[in-house]
Amino acid sequence: MRKMGWKELPPGAINPWVGNFMEVKTGSFRGGLKPVFHEEHCIHCLFCWVFCPDNAIIVKEGKMVGINYDYCKGCGICTVECPTSPKSLTMEKEELQL
Amino acid sequence: MAIRARLKDLATLDDKFVSGHGLCPGCGIPLMLRMVLRATEHPIVAVNATGCLEVCSSGFPYTAWKIPWMHSAFENAGATAAGIEAAYKALKRRGKLPGGDKKIKIVAFGGDGGTYDIGLQSLSGAMERGHDIVYICYDNQSYANTGGQRSGATPYGASATTSPAGKKIPGKLQWRKNLTEIMAAHGIYAAQASVSHWKDLFMKAQKAIEIDGPAFINVLIPCPTEWKTKPEDGVQLAKIAVDSKVWPLYEVENGKYKINYYPKKEVDVVEWLKPQGRFAHMFKPGNEWMIEEYRKRVNEEWERLVRLTKL
Amino acid sequence: MAERRILNGNAAIAEAIRQINPDVVAAYPITPSTAIVEYIAKFVADGLMTTEFVTPESEHSAMSMCIGSSAAGARVFTATASQGLALMFEMLYIASSLRLPIVAGIANRALSAPINIHGDHSDTMGARDSGWIQIYSENSQEAYDNVIQAFRIGEHRDVSTPVMVGMDGFILSHAVQDMLVEEDDKVKAFVRERNPLYSILDVDNPITVGPIDFTDYYFEHKRSQFVGMENAPEVILEVAEEFKKEFGREYGFFELYKMDDAEVAIVLLGSTAGTAKEVVDELREKGRKVGLVKIRVYRPFPAKELADVLSNLKAVAALDRAASPGAVGGPLFTDLRASLYEYEKRPIIVDYIYGLGGRDIAPKHIAEVYERLEKIAATGERGELIGYINLRE
Repeated sequence: MRKMGWKELPPGAINPWVGNFMEVKTGSFRGGLKPVFHEEHCIHCLFCWVFCPDNAIIVKEGKMVGINYDYCKGCGICTVECPTSPKSLTMEKEELQL
Repeated sequence: MAIRARLKDLATLDDKFVSGHGLCPGCGIPLMLRMVLRATEHPIVAVNATGCLEVCSSGFPYTAWKIPWMHSAFENAGATAAGIEAAYKALKRRGKLPGGDKKIKIVAFGGDGGTYDIGLQSLSGAMERGHDIVYICYDNQSYANTGGQRSGATPYGASATTSPAGKKIPGKLQWRKNLTEIMAAHGIYAAQASVSHWKDLFMKAQKAIEIDGPAFINVLIPCPTEWKTKPEDGVQLAKIAVDSKVWPLYEVENGKYKINYYPKKEVDVVEWLKPQGRFAHMFKPGNEWMIEEYRKRVNEEWERLVRLTKL
Repeated sequence: MAERRILNGNAAIAEAIRQINPDVVAAYPITPSTAIVEYIAKFVADGLMTTEFVTPESEHSAMSMCIGSSAAGARVFTATASQGLALMFEMLYIASSLRLPIVAGIANRALSAPINIHGDHSDTMGARDSGWIQIYSENSQEAYDNVIQAFRIGEHRDVSTPVMVGMDGFILSHAVQDMLVEEDDKVKAFVRERNPLYSILDVDNPITVGPIDFTDYYFEHKRSQFVGMENAPEVILEVAEEFKKEFGREYGFFELYKMDDAEVAIVLLGSTAGTAKEVVDELREKGRKVGLVKIRVYRPFPAKELADVLSNLKAVAALDRAASPGAVGGPLFTDLRASLYEYEKRPIIVDYIYGLGGRDIAPKHIAEVYERLEKIAATGERGELIGYINLRE
């Protein structure tokens, strides 16, 4: 977002652009590890979805379909909470985009 | 109207708190929000005390909130929410609500800092006056946003930056304030929940919001940054807190105590303490008495809670 | 028809609030403003007001509630004094920077320590940088009239700034005076309906209120905030003009009393104006060219208008009912001097601190000030910059 001058600001410091934090791609928080989805093992329990702090688990029609790497911070909770064996979510090395 | 607590159904509801926020990787706060913000069909107006959630979700010009959200100061989420509620009552009565008459629910969020300590007065006052608000304390057991200073919610023995484990003094030597009990003493609905037990949290949020009057929920929030733990272990740790009776899941409704979850097997407090860097000094030789004291009091508090359910 | 009533300042303000019937009143008791809250509570309990009346557990919470209510688009009032206003300190800044109209009735009282319940201006003067519009009253009539106008001023969309209306504690709040109370309908019509800049209860158009700013936006937000105060003078005069048309009483930034050919003048705020006017009358009878300027609007400070009036005088005394330790004189004095700095012709100005903690100021004290001013005017020698009135050495 372009930096606004004082004359352009909404009154009272309000922010009317609700939900616009989505412009910030927090995927950049990841430090070399990312979760990888192995759909073949997934039972679609959606534990990964309920425990992801960044809404980075994509669910469509009740099924886990993938990870939104734009926002995934690589915390790894999804891989720990995934109940399957072998896990449908594992942490793997990632090339850092510097 | 009750919403079904099924993940498949909950996942179809829109996120009212979106990605892009600056909370730490592995932070438990968004897990709590996911359940609370889906717990009612009525529009929610959120009020937030200064703290982790507020700072990381509202950095101008960005906001992670898709619902009306207000922050004014640190110690007054209770009072600010009460003010919005008073205006809601007045404007509704006078037919002046923007966009026409409707039911709106006001939910205040405060960290343990802004609730147990500096915010206790305004919370207590709002609850005593009977405002129709829900107050959710997201308890990560320290003033996390400012680097982990001790709060009234910091557990016994924990090393925090203002109660550090040093050569002479081994961390915080005061027991935690029992805020849930303090709130129950106001004669309102008061409950304790954990992000690990999402369904229990959801049901409590639903109940609390449905109540026409004040309600309070204290939610345990794993904080890898200040607990000095691995981010991926947060939910498991919260689970261990519940299973080891460090953080019982219970509710007080109309004065009646109910424990919602009786741990199926014995889990010693050591399982809760060992994985956390903030308790590491308690495992040094010579400090065994700290773990003994901790274990003793956790069990005493549990026994007392069980007795209360029998009243 | 306006009704002639005998009311003290507290009752007068409460009466205005009864007539205005705001959406929310959230107020905490403190001497000497308590009665305002009590009268309102009784009006509500008797069904004479349909206001949502809330008794918060502290003044900080009272102002926090006012902020929440105002952000929800409601018309809101509170009342306090002294320590109560001081306790609200951080919230005062928040109210003005969120551009929230709130009207606060302040029964001006000394700040501790030592604790003192009597009248002086240290409470509102302590808040002069908070971004609130500040209006002072000389008597019950003015307290009543100022509160009514305060809602129109603060809620005007170009201003959208909170307003505090002061009246001297005990001296005005508790002393009954002869005044006119206007008709309920006329007052209600005058204040109109509030049309807020935004509302947190507008769930169809959600907003985030009270964000955190980093170093890249705070400065711009602050500059934007000041616009409300910059627009206030014009609105204050517009509202006063309308008030005069409707109710017949005239108001401005200040009142000039026998200033037309004055050579020396006293500038002050509040109830002491009444005493001073008596002294001016007496001295004028004797042919002495003295005058009085009673400031009504302290923030925004009417610098140019005041300087235009005073620039040709020979000597002026500012009477400060508040002190500012370490500053070059009391608050009124420093604002006054700053207003005149760039004028080619300007009077010698001196400062007097008076009336702290309700210390009496009598006609003879004011006469002494005029005597000194005349001496300064004659000799051109200022003497002491800051004096104290009626203080035992």
